[in-house]
Amino acid sequence: MSLLSVRGLTVDFPSGVRAVDGLDLDVEAGRVLGVVGESGSGKSVTSLAVLGLLRNARVSGEIRFAGQDLLSLGPKAMRALRGDRMAMVFQDPLSCLNPYYPVAFQIAEAYRAHRRASRKAAHALAVSMLERVGIPEARRRARSYPHEFSGGMRQRVMIAMALCLEPDLLVADEPTTALDVTVQAQVLDLLRDLRERSGTAIMLITHDMGVVAGLADDVVVMHGGKRVEAGPVREVFHSPVTAYTRGLLDCVPRVDGPLPHRLPTVEVP
Amino acid sequence: MILYTARRLVGAAGILLVICALTFAVFYLMPADPAQGACGKACSPERIAQIRATLGLDQPLPTQFAAYLGGIVAGRTYGSLECGFPCLGFSFQTNQPVWDALTSRLPTSVSIAAGAALLWLLVGCTAGVVAALRRGTVWDRAAMIAALGGVSLPIYLTALLSQYVLVVQLGWLPYPREVALTDDPVGWFQSMLMPWCTLAMLYAGVYARITRSEVLENLGRDYVRTARAKGLPEVTVLRRHALRPALMPVVTIFGMDLGALLGGALITESVYGLPGVGKLAADAINSADQPVILGVTLFAAAFVVLANVAVDLVYALLDPRVRTV
Amino acid sequence: MSLLETTDLVKRYPVRHRLTRRRIGEVSAVDGVDLAVDRGETLGLVGESGCGKSTVGRLLTRLDTPTSGTVRFDGRDIGPLREDELRPVRRDLQIVFQDPFSSLNPRHTVRQLLSAPFRYQGLEPTEPVEDLLKRVGLKPEHASRYPHEFSGGQAQRIGIARALALRPRLVLCDEPVSALDVSVQAQILNLLRDLQDELGLSYVFIAHDLGAVRQVSTRVAVMYLGVVVESADRDALFGRAAHPYTHALLSAVPVPNPDVERGRERIVLRGDPPSPLNPPSGCRFRTRCPKAADVCAVERPVLREIAPGHRVACHFPEERTP
Ligand SMILES: Nc1ncnc2c1ncn2[C@@H]1O[C@H](COP(=O)(O)OP(=O)(O)OP(=O)(O)O)[C@@H](O)[C@H]1O
Ligand SMILES: Nc1ncnc2c1ncn2[C@@H]1O[C@H](COP(=O)(O)OP(=O)(O)OP(=O)(O)O)[C@@H](O)[C@H]1O
Ligand code: SF4
Ligand SMILES: [Mg+2]
Ligand SMILES: [Mg+2]
Repeated sequence: MSLLSVRGLTVDFPSGVRAVDGLDLDVEAGRVLGVVGESGSGKSVTSLAVLGLLRNARVSGEIRFAGQDLLSLGPKAMRALRGDRMAMVFQDPLSCLNPYYPVAFQIAEAYRAHRRASRKAAHALAVSMLERVGIPEARRRARSYPHEFSGGMRQRVMIAMALCLEPDLLVADEPTTALDVTVQAQVLDLLRDLRERSGTAIMLITHDMGVVAGLADDVVVMHGGKRVEAGPVREVFHSPVTAYTRGLLDCVPRVDGPLPHRLPTVEVP
Repeated sequence: MILYTARRLVGAAGILLVICALTFAVFYLMPADPAQGACGKACSPERIAQIRATLGLDQPLPTQFAAYLGGIVAGRTYGSLECGFPCLGFSFQTNQPVWDALTSRLPTSVSIAAGAALLWLLVGCTAGVVAALRRGTVWDRAAMIAALGGVSLPIYLTALLSQYVLVVQLGWLPYPREVALTDDPVGWFQSMLMPWCTLAMLYAGVYARITRSEVLENLGRDYVRTARAKGLPEVTVLRRHALRPALMPVVTIFGMDLGALLGGALITESVYGLPGVGKLAADAINSADQPVILGVTLFAAAFVVLANVAVDLVYALLDPRVRTV
Repeated sequence: MSLLETTDLVKRYPVRHRLTRRRIGEVSAVDGVDLAVDRGETLGLVGESGCGKSTVGRLLTRLDTPTSGTVRFDGRDIGPLREDELRPVRRDLQIVFQDPFSSLNPRHTVRQLLSAPFRYQGLEPTEPVEDLLKRVGLKPEHASRYPHEFSGGQAQRIGIARALALRPRLVLCDEPVSALDVSVQAQILNLLRDLQDELGLSYVFIAHDLGAVRQVSTRVAVMYLGVVVESADRDALFGRAAHPYTHALLSAVPVPNPDVERGRERIVLRGDPPSPLNPPSGCRFRTRCPKAADVCAVERPVLREIAPGHRVACHFPEERTP
């Protein structure tokens, strides 16, 4: 049975926008599911729906996480799962970290929300998490504020925060989109490494086909809130069934391979 | 940070010097002759000349100004009269040193101002937070209507009305009078309650509105979403991640209002007939008592300038981004 | 002679204290950049955020004046020109920005937007707005609409049409596709290519996306912390790069092919780019360079030609196929 299984997920906003429309997807324990699609295809809304973070939206369908039906859970039970068994990393680490608190405090706070621990013990844990995600001089930097970190370091802090309780599922919404390529490579390396060591399943949301190719085991292609195509990453990349997926793969200008005079364009389904 | 504090203080001193020079120029260049004022109505020319000499009025203006400044920082003598540090001169009317007059009236004004400020911060911010968290409900609307009312009623109207209802009609409170906190805390509180409410009403509405919009804006911030994603209890999310950042702008605006607060206190005390600095100023203006007017002006300016420096420093302490360059 | 040529461009910005506004240092945004763009050619300028690409772009188009160094357009030094003398130069040198919406006045119709350049120059329109729209793949009836009625890709087409209105000889594109979806990005890249074929334009194409740069450029210059570290013809740069930073950049770009992605050797750089407030001595890349040696801290490597048209600023250049 999948760790996370989403069936017929539909999200309607009061404005009348149907952001997600009957979506099915599965994240297997310990595996990485890439969710790709263009802007507005409903990727972020899906991830927020899974964590129960959508406010004033109508969510219907079924979201099963480790056998529990999340949509029928009360807010208290959802809160207990969130951050503990499933955690999230967002796109823009600067705006997602609170500028008024030191980074270690924000990590320790996540830990103390779910486990009994003294402030000191939680701080020590936060420092060790910072070390684990590759922050140099973690002990000293732990008391720094988010604005004193670079973009890549901030994203590492976000990842440390998400992983401090060793969740079963990490939802990462465009975790490297705001970063430079060389820093993106570092963060992807970190995710790859953490996933190998801790066995955390990852739902990796991105619009970059290359990122999916490098990290995901399975992939779901979304368009207009619907699933266009899904399958193991090799199958989907080598023999996509739909013209849309084919187009998305081909229209990316690449640094390797033959150089077309004009790029192929995408057919919208 | 220390360097910054020092720079700000030097800057504040500069501003005060300019204000000092301006007020000095204005008061001493007025057609009314200070010596005449000091001497009183029936006064012989010899007496006036003598007073001119003691007050140093026969000296050129810059020299007078220098002497005045010197008095403030080190004290000075007028003829045989000793005027200790900090010397702002003597009142023409009462011959009391201006500094003493000021300090004796200060407790009343400070009581009114500080109490009112505390009250409006408490009421205004609480109302704003409640309105934001219960957005769109009756609470929200009630708070905002009350805020609008508070802002639009002039002080003297609310003062007279409340005095009429609470003191005259219902007899719940005594007439406000001067009571020292140390002598009779209960009496002090009863006397101050009405002035506090009157003054606070004016500002609480403004603060409620600011707080409400700041909290609402913060609730939509990404880091609030992160806090929820961590599984923090909703109370913690609100307190730590939505309210604290929302109060920063309130601090800034409070700093700007400190100056106006003094003005508000002056109006309030004159409406209630309390002998504060405002009454002192009003009396001095009526009797053209230049040294007192000058002293009160300078004192008020110093208060505003220093309060602003203090608020900037508090701001730097509260916001880590300002603190580290 | 090249159409556009810079020699030893330098731009430093003063940095002020947040509170006291006192000058506390300088950002060395661009530090000695030599570039050349030939007629009909596209020069791609790549590098990570903050390396000075946009600053170079502003200097090239005289939107900003260099601290030192010269910019020659068509053989003429445009550095000392006054604003009125610049006007004819501006006709030949147009710009397309990253965010199409913020660079288009929301209260003007497309027709007004596209005829504004003529008014500014005091000229009669040479080409009907409708034709201009068709040229960039929009419909003539779009002329009466406002910018917010368009999608990002369409708005970028309007931005391009506006740049083309005066028939410039060189168009500076500063991250023209970074804000767009991949599918729209492909369309815009194709459009730029078609317009070049049709009108013989030259481009300076600024981007951080190496794939996009490869797609449109004939020559490429790689920047790091205010300096050009390598410049070469496109095929040489993507096939035989010689600078360690270029190697790292190329290896960091994810390729949409799982087999390639998983099999390839990756150079993951340590740390973050240093602050341009306080750049490292010697080679600016040395704090992250896997090949850094003692000499790199002392001696600044200059751009040297290692093959015809292939210049590298490194003490230990090494041609490698990625
Ligand atoms: N709070 C909201 N209220 C109304 N509509 C919303 C809200 N959030 C998202 N939407 C709409 O839902 C759709 C899907 O948005 P979503 O953010 O999931 O896209 P996405 O795939 O994450 O795109 P991107 O790549 O740009 O992040 C969009 O059309 C968006 O306008
Ligand atoms: N007007 C300015 N004042 C001060 N510093 C500036 C100014 N403009 C740019 N800088 C600094 O100069 C450096 C280069 O900036 P520039 O915008 O040219 O980089 P870029 O390569 O275009 O980056 P990006 O990819 O983020 O657009 C940066 O460190 C930036 O902070
Ligand atoms: S000069 Fe030295 S530090 Fe710079 S790129 Fe070459 S090897 Fe690396
Ligand atoms: Mg999104
Ligand atoms: Mg730029």
